[in-house]
Amino acid sequence: MIHLAAISRVFHMGDQDVRALAGVDLEIESGEYVSIMGPSGSGKSTLLNIIGLLDQPDSGRYELDGEDVTSLSETEQARVRREKIGFVFQSFHLVPRLTAAENIELPLILEGIAPAERKSRVNEALLGFDLGDRAAHRPAELSGGQRQRVAIARATILRPTALLADEPTGNLDHRIGAEVMALLERLHKAGTTLIVVTHDRELGARALRHIAMRDGEIVADEK
Amino acid sequence: MNIMKLSFRMLRRDWRAGELRVLVIALIIAVGGMTTVGFFADRVQMALSRQGNQLLGADLIIFSDHPLAAHYADEAKRLGLNVSTALKFPSMTAKGEFSLLTEIKAVTAGYPLRGELRISEDFSNVSPKTTQVANSIPSPGSAWVDEKLMVRLDLKRGDAIEVGAANLVVSALITQEPDYSIGFLNLRPRVLINAADLPATGLVQEGSRISYRLLVSGESGEVENFRKWAQSRLMLGERIEGIRDARPEIKAALERAEKFLSLTALASVVLAAAAAALAVRRFTQRHLDGCAVMRCLGASQGAMLRLYLYHFLTLGLIASGLGCLLGFAAQEALTFFLSGLVEAELPWPSVWPAVHGLLTGMVLLLGFALPPLLNLRSVPALRVLRRDIGMPNSFSITGYALGLIALSALFLWKAGDVRLGASVIGGFIAAIAVFGLLGFLLLKALSHMRSQTAGAWRYGLASIRRRATSSVVQAVSLGLGLMALLALTLIRDDMLQNWRSTLPPDAPNHFLINIQVDQLRPLAAFFDQHDMERPPVFPMVRGRLTEINGEPVASDEYADIRAKRLVEREFNLSWTDELQSDNEIVKGRWWKSGERGKAELSLEEDIAKTLGIEVGDTMTYDVAGTPFSAKVTSLRKVNWDSFRVNFFVVTPPGVLENYPASYVTSFHLPPEQIEVTNELIKAFPNLLVLDVANIISQVQKVIEQVTNAVEFVFLFTLLAGLAVLYAAIVSTQDERIHEAAIFRTLGARRGQLARAWAAEFAILGGLAGLFAAAGASALGYVIGEYALHLAYTFNPWIWLTGLLTGMVGVTAAGLMGTRAALSTPPLMTLRKI
Repeated sequence: MIHLAAISRVFHMGDQDVRALAGVDLEIESGEYVSIMGPSGSGKSTLLNIIGLLDQPDSGRYELDGEDVTSLSETEQARVRREKIGFVFQSFHLVPRLTAAENIELPLILEGIAPAERKSRVNEALLGFDLGDRAAHRPAELSGGQRQRVAIARATILRPTALLADEPTGNLDHRIGAEVMALLERLHKAGTTLIVVTHDRELGARALRHIAMRDGEIVADEK
Repeated sequence: MNIMKLSFRMLRRDWRAGELRVLVIALIIAVGGMTTVGFFADRVQMALSRQGNQLLGADLIIFSDHPLAAHYADEAKRLGLNVSTALKFPSMTAKGEFSLLTEIKAVTAGYPLRGELRISEDFSNVSPKTTQVANSIPSPGSAWVDEKLMVRLDLKRGDAIEVGAANLVVSALITQEPDYSIGFLNLRPRVLINAADLPATGLVQEGSRISYRLLVSGESGEVENFRKWAQSRLMLGERIEGIRDARPEIKAALERAEKFLSLTALASVVLAAAAAALAVRRFTQRHLDGCAVMRCLGASQGAMLRLYLYHFLTLGLIASGLGCLLGFAAQEALTFFLSGLVEAELPWPSVWPAVHGLLTGMVLLLGFALPPLLNLRSVPALRVLRRDIGMPNSFSITGYALGLIALSALFLWKAGDVRLGASVIGGFIAAIAVFGLLGFLLLKALSHMRSQTAGAWRYGLASIRRRATSSVVQAVSLGLGLMALLALTLIRDDMLQNWRSTLPPDAPNHFLINIQVDQLRPLAAFFDQHDMERPPVFPMVRGRLTEINGEPVASDEYADIRAKRLVEREFNLSWTDELQSDNEIVKGRWWKSGERGKAELSLEEDIAKTLGIEVGDTMTYDVAGTPFSAKVTSLRKVNWDSFRVNFFVVTPPGVLENYPASYVTSFHLPPEQIEVTNELIKAFPNLLVLDVANIISQVQKVIEQVTNAVEFVFLFTLLAGLAVLYAAIVSTQDERIHEAAIFRTLGARRGQLARAWAAEFAILGGLAGLFAAAGASALGYVIGEYALHLAYTFNPWIWLTGLLTGMVGVTAAGLMGTRAALSTPPLMTLRKI
């Protein structure tokens, strides 16, 4: 499903060039549960950004579901992101002035889905993520765990094929973090491809495939 | 459709969160100011023209040397206008064996249509108490006379006079006539009679020198329609005059007033634009994160653009609508100001000012909001992960270019005055550029001083340097806001004072004409005797223009009515060594004292334009049968509303001395000393005394009322200035909240932070104050030079006032604005979504 070939990404930091990714080749099949681990600066976040089409490689080829997405136009990339990829971030990234329900509804609006269907799907998601009584609350009125559940509900509302999570439990305490991970794994069991970037060993170990990175290269890939 | 709904929802939320307040306020002020001035200009102009029309006795007069065809009056009546007629002609008036050449005016009911005709029935004791407004015209068989005739013929109430073949009874003394003209033709004693008595006089005959007039007044739009209709039907010997054609003094005052008003209004729109730009900048900064998230969720650039476009279009329409309402309410208040000025009904303002206002709002908003919005849609999705990624080109000058261009186009279209619009826009852009550059350099210099300072100042300077760009933006916008305040307080007073002083209470209100050379000494003695200052006398030679550049001049070669009249009449030529203080050379050069006797002349600029004469042309006059030729070496602008003696044509000394000359002078005579004129006439029977006190008081009234109007419009400038100040203060609030959190996490105490910020604000404020002083002085200079034609005397206090106001005001406002930032617990800030 995800096919990366010789992906390179260089950042210019002042007068220095930093090779964040140095010719990465990677194949991820549909339905896999992958963790990407490594120390700070190893390139794991950059890799996730490129997979999620948030960032463009300087060279290399990226095929998603058999489609070369590196050469897509900006608008096309937006469509692909919307339809195939869901993001879960460490700091949730909810839109502060919209309620929980409205945040979850956002991708449906962008996709152009009719209001009636939107409503039922948002309600379904709210119940599914145990947020039924929080629908009309703003993010500021929610706890960390609730915020992350809203973020996950929003990321999965369009049933993406891949869910990308960047340190999803980084801002949560242990117990809540475990709950959120259980939720993500439940989604994986339902068929979603799950890619988690973390430097938390315990968290990384829960995945079925473990990728380790260092200095922009994949140094280990174990199933 | 979905996006639109989402957009409305976000708009509502943003509004409730107070995100849009500054922007909306700025828009309302801009639109409100523009529409008020729009309504205002309409109404003030109409009101002031009417004020002027009181001097004409009507809104419009058709003059003719033959009886006017009936269709003029018929059409005027059909348009619902008031109509009255008058005939004016010279004739002898006699009492017993004494007779005198007088000016007879025969009028019909309704005269005067504008202004007041005041009369007194008490001939021996004329004072404001005994005079009253005439509610009618003289009844058939009676005549009203002026003071001159009363003195010369020793008339009393009830005396009989002969006008032509008619015997009339003198029933009142005219103390004020609205259409008393300043021209030389009206110097004879005057008699006002009822047109019904005309046949009895037997004076209206073929070949009589009669001026026929049709007076018209009414609603201004219809008057204008009538003017257009009549203009195309004028026959030979007929002409139309409105106030602007007739009175150079009033015309000058009106023009100044209009320019003053437009400048003031434009200044508030530019300030509001600055506030809007700041507000939009803040808005986009605050929406960066939200945009990035939506991009992450797969929103295309098009969807983002639509989202914010709907947002701003709705906002713009609502705010502009409110602005129009404000403008409408404000102009209602204005009519109150003008109530003393306007005696007749003002027509309801048209919807055009509202349309202009709405357009202003939308142009302003889209001009300044679109570029950052276009940037907003391309916020990289990656920003959700990397906060250091801002948006591309967010604060570049080019981002505001569209707004500036749109605003300029709007000004040029609205003001209809390319020079005015261009100079205001250009002035502000130049000011912003210069202030920006200076601010940058000064801050750079200041930050080098950092090592020599200690404590709070050191932190303040460090903080300014860290935020170099936004510090400069902040200082410049604070400077603009303060500039409005300084202009409002110091400059306005100076300017208006200056303007009023062009017509001081002791401005000359009497002209003496036809003084002979041998009368100069006795006249000076006369002034000494009456404890009056000897006024300056000017020589005057009368000549008819015969040739321009050797080509004979004939009146029918000119299409322009004024040019025709100029050519038909005699010019008054004078000579002088020094340029009068109310004259200004606009082209060519004034002669040096050594150029005595050179055949040069200096021409008044309007006359030159009317006759199509340029510097370098040669004009030939016929002076008492002898040709006199001279080359035009300069064009002068003359302040006619100074009421001093001025001449269209002036030569150096030693050129015209051999031609027959008389002298003229002007002096101030307090109203209570009116009998001095009678003594003058008795002592020097050949002198013509021209009393312009009435016109002067009219011009003073115009200035007074326009001053009120300007003060009112200045309110919008003040509000716009405050909006800019507020926008500038809050523009760094977010950064400060963030900064405060980090500093306090690092152990800075609240007091330390507050002191550091106070120092920073004091520096910014001081800088802004200096900018403001410079800007306000420049504004004063521009208004003085361009609108009022006055030399603006620079007020040195403005610098100190600017500096102190800036430091104190900005520090206080800044600390109040950042109080929230200081009191928010750092953890809460850092944990924010």
